[in-house]
Amino acid sequence: MTSSTPHAVHVPSVFLALLRRDMRVARKEIVFFLIRTTMQPLLFVVVFGYLLPKMNFVGSGYQTALLPGILAVSLSLSAIQSVALPMVQDFGWTKEIEDRLLAPISTSLVAAEKIVSGMIQGVISAAFVLPIARLVMGPIPALTLSHAGEVTLVVLLGSLAFSALGMWLGTAIAPQQIGLMFSVIVAPMIFFGCAYYPWRGLDVVPAMKYAVLLDPMVYVSEGMRGALTPAVPHMPLSLVGGALVVIAGAFWITGIRSFYKRAIG
Amino acid sequence: MPAIETHGLRKVYGAAESQGVVALKGLDLEIREGEFFGLLGPNGAGKTTTIGILTTRVKPTSGTALVGGADVATQAVQVRQRIGVVPQRPNPDRSLNAIENLIFHAAYFGIRASIAIPRANALLDQLGIADKARAKVDEMSGGQQQRLMIARALIHEPHVIFLDEPTVGLDPQTRLALWDILRSLHAEGRTIVMTTHYMEEADKLCDRIAIVDRGELLELDTPAALKQRAPGGTLIELTLAGGGNGVADAVRALDGVLRAESQGQLLRVYSDRGGRVISPVIQAAEDRGSSVTNISLTEPSLETLFVSRTGRKLE
Repeated sequence: MTSSTPHAVHVPSVFLALLRRDMRVARKEIVFFLIRTTMQPLLFVVVFGYLLPKMNFVGSGYQTALLPGILAVSLSLSAIQSVALPMVQDFGWTKEIEDRLLAPISTSLVAAEKIVSGMIQGVISAAFVLPIARLVMGPIPALTLSHAGEVTLVVLLGSLAFSALGMWLGTAIAPQQIGLMFSVIVAPMIFFGCAYYPWRGLDVVPAMKYAVLLDPMVYVSEGMRGALTPAVPHMPLSLVGGALVVIAGAFWITGIRSFYKRAIG
Repeated sequence: MPAIETHGLRKVYGAAESQGVVALKGLDLEIREGEFFGLLGPNGAGKTTTIGILTTRVKPTSGTALVGGADVATQAVQVRQRIGVVPQRPNPDRSLNAIENLIFHAAYFGIRASIAIPRANALLDQLGIADKARAKVDEMSGGQQQRLMIARALIHEPHVIFLDEPTVGLDPQTRLALWDILRSLHAEGRTIVMTTHYMEEADKLCDRIAIVDRGELLELDTPAALKQRAPGGTLIELTLAGGGNGVADAVRALDGVLRAESQGQLLRVYSDRGGRVISPVIQAAEDRGSSVTNISLTEPSLETLFVSRTGRKLE
């Protein structure tokens, strides 16, 4: 064995290899992944988008407000879980991530790859839920797919923000407290995230209307509303886009820092 | 250039230097190219911390460590390119099967599948787990998983291989098989750094051994030289119950006793007449009001050297 310098490794190729690994694993577990992340939103679709309108408990217009929110919940939940759960397991007990931490790229890039992989999984679940929700709810007034560009942008930014949040939570929370993460952080985020009602609807409770602005889910829900049902009152897309960029950036930095702390002793 | 060198390597776990746990107290090591190097010491000696630092997974508090001339703290990526690591407990990627573990690990090092697949098959074959190539990791035994870890550490053909207690928890047969594998890797000219708390393992495999305890380097030499340095004679350890005052002094006066020292209830006697001094030693103890509850004999070895340096047994 000589001590000559090993051939330089191409950073993008290592990054892609890490991503390929995550996609391979996601493909193997796609059924469980979709059940885990879309069951809750789809049940909401069945009850609030199909049963209640049929019983005339809510007007059919409610479906219009509901559909974008359901997509927002699906993509956020998938993005967050796709990163947080493996992180908790890997750092908590299995230590499986060790082989990737030995890859010849910077530790921060290993974290960045995980966030990108979570983002992709968020996009996949949104793409899965949209046609099913539409099928269950029937024709939805005001729904349009003509703003595909805006829809894509909100889905990408929303998935990125929540995937990065998943990185932060998954590396900062003790494994024993992971259940708490869902009941204390994720559940309130969903219910106050304007997923099941438009933000404008909160005009009736002004204090809450401004308090929920701290919830990143609000911007994904409202962004989906603006992109999918532009006729319904919603936050301007420029505001949504700006907020999501800032939120995603903040979680990206915090998430990667937190990962690094766990990875390097 | 040495394969590995460390200067004043120090690691304190915990927030403040003053309150933290000191794992390494300024370690200086130089490991040569192609050497089979052993880090021998009890649990908590700092072996795993040393490996952690050298494999870029633990940040040193102070001091420097170079692997192939690259600094572990500032050139971690270059260091990672040169090393393969076999962890203390197998940590394969359980979402992938055995051969996928190898192919993906190779891909992380920029090796294409067309090169990685034949290499992975050859390694699985060499390590005797070719029939497990498509097996889920959870279906493999502990020994098979450990072999998979060795294959993974080798797939990208690193210059230096680190093994952290590679044979802990393995049955004797698998342990011997692993020794053969390690010997053949060494014969290929690779630098191997292994931690162990098994004397025999270090003695049989290593070119040189560093004995560490409580974060400090106690001895560093070839196994033969270290054994020569061990205090002469057979070590007889006796556990005494009751009394014991002055037993060591009385024993020292006996024929065939080179050295005797007491530590609590433990009496250590070095004898140049083997076990033949046992009966007069017991007599001397009983004359002073103690009874002997346990006796053990150890031939001059790394073990007796370790005991004489630290006052404790290794295993």
